[in-house]
Amino acid sequence: MKRSRFPFIVTGFVLVFFYLPILFLVVDSFNASRFGGAWRGFSFKWYERLFHEPAIWEAAKNTLFIAVVVTFLSLVLGTVSALALHRFAKSRLQRFHYTLIYTPLVVPEILMGISLLMAFVAAGVRLGMATIILAHVTFCVSYVALVVLGRLQDFDFTIIEAARDLGATGWQAARRVLLPMLAPGLAAAGLIAFTLSVDDFVITFFVAGPGSTTLPIRVYSMIKHGATPMINALSTLLLALTFTTVIVSQRLSKSGAMEGGQ
Amino acid sequence: MKRLRKRAQELLLTAPSFVWLSLFFLIPTALVFILAFRPADPFGGIGKGWTTATIKGLADPQYLAIALRTLWVSFLSTGICMLLAVPTGYAVARASERRRNMLLLLVIVPFWTSFLIRVFAWKSILHPEGFMKKGLVLLGLADPSSQLLYNLGAVIMVTVYTFLPFAILPIYAAAEKFDFRLIEAARDLGATSFEAFRKIFLPGIRQGLITAVLVVFIPALGSYIIPDIVGGPGSELLGNKIAQRVFVDRNLPLAGGLSIVLILAVLAPLLAVLALQGKGSRIAPKREETET
Repeated sequence: MKRSRFPFIVTGFVLVFFYLPILFLVVDSFNASRFGGAWRGFSFKWYERLFHEPAIWEAAKNTLFIAVVVTFLSLVLGTVSALALHRFAKSRLQRFHYTLIYTPLVVPEILMGISLLMAFVAAGVRLGMATIILAHVTFCVSYVALVVLGRLQDFDFTIIEAARDLGATGWQAARRVLLPMLAPGLAAAGLIAFTLSVDDFVITFFVAGPGSTTLPIRVYSMIKHGATPMINALSTLLLALTFTTVIVSQRLSKSGAMEGGQ
Repeated sequence: MKRLRKRAQELLLTAPSFVWLSLFFLIPTALVFILAFRPADPFGGIGKGWTTATIKGLADPQYLAIALRTLWVSFLSTGICMLLAVPTGYAVARASERRRNMLLLLVIVPFWTSFLIRVFAWKSILHPEGFMKKGLVLLGLADPSSQLLYNLGAVIMVTVYTFLPFAILPIYAAAEKFDFRLIEAARDLGATSFEAFRKIFLPGIRQGLITAVLVVFIPALGSYIIPDIVGGPGSELLGNKIAQRVFVDRNLPLAGGLSIVLILAVLAPLLAVLALQGKGSRIAPKREETET
């Protein structure tokens, strides 16, 4: 029977639609012209300017610091929460716990931003790096918990029992059997948390204070106040980073899936 | 004794995330509802006492128009996303394994790419000096004086662009589990390919379709960067109004009042889906079981 070609044509169109704007942005970042649309020769000058912009470096430093702390905190909180969700799956508390983990994922970012801002203002907390970290952990925990939970559901818990039978204490079994087998899942979850934290603009914008400018906030103000081609260069660098992260995380989840299957 | 220990263990493992999300998610959300009834103080903070003036002020026709526009943009963007995402999800699920992995990777990369950068990419393309404008003028499809940027059309197109990957992935996930022999069976029994698609395939991937609609519609309702960057004064959405109350005139209670409108708009489709699923599981309890 002949299959319709229509879905494949739509897919081709969608992929062109996805990548054409990104391609133009990358090409334009090497364009010597101040305005896109006309090609004035290949040049690295926007990258050079970018590297001589102290504000960008400052923002990059802040972003990286926040992302590292957020990744660590949300990995700890998310993994512990996934363990609870998995081990006590049938309890009523866990059903509520699951809803609590799941809901932040469906709430529009702007609502999370405004509600956190109000909470910080009402509590009299100074806005800055600390409030950004608190906000980022809040939305990263859910992603980490769900990714790790997925891993735990594939995990064969009789192995832990076997370790216990062979004389391991509960802690030893967790540290030397469970943790190494969960490692690829943890790495994937950590990458997700890291990327989310680095990319987030909306929530960060609401809870940021003076001196806590992150890269996305910097990019936004560059877009709003006269778009210089430097944004193209900065975007291209960030795109390269995302591509690498996605490919690495795909590799990780694949090797993890193979381990689970064995 | 053992039961008690198990209970203690459960509480210990649940407490960290539970306390965190209560402090930084539940309580702040509740606070939005409370602070909307407080007056604003002149220093951009929250004043003392209670007032219903803010909530009453929301009846302003200006806000009604914006709420309706927000709904309209979200509906339209979701519709276009679904029209593109269903064939794409189908095609990815039916591709050979090697091609499927490649296609999936190509859909996932934009999914992870910075939102801001993807919106900005469109701003430079649609810009009067940009590629799209020049191309269309060259082909005689657009007037040199026409404006591609800063209007509702640009907002809808960029919304579709940014949320489409989110719609494709759940549809693909459902289509991958779908037994395509059912379509062949329907064809053998005399259904046209469109009939088979509509009556067999679409109901078969129902769960994926519902998820896809929600992951586009809900964020679109709260959309703020897209109209801010590619929209004009005539294409402001609810999110822009909330942000303006926060960043321009610093009126937090009013921002809270507008957020309540947004929360209600978000809850409506979620509750509708819950009701729908409750009905669906009564009709077809078996399918629900195999799906989860």
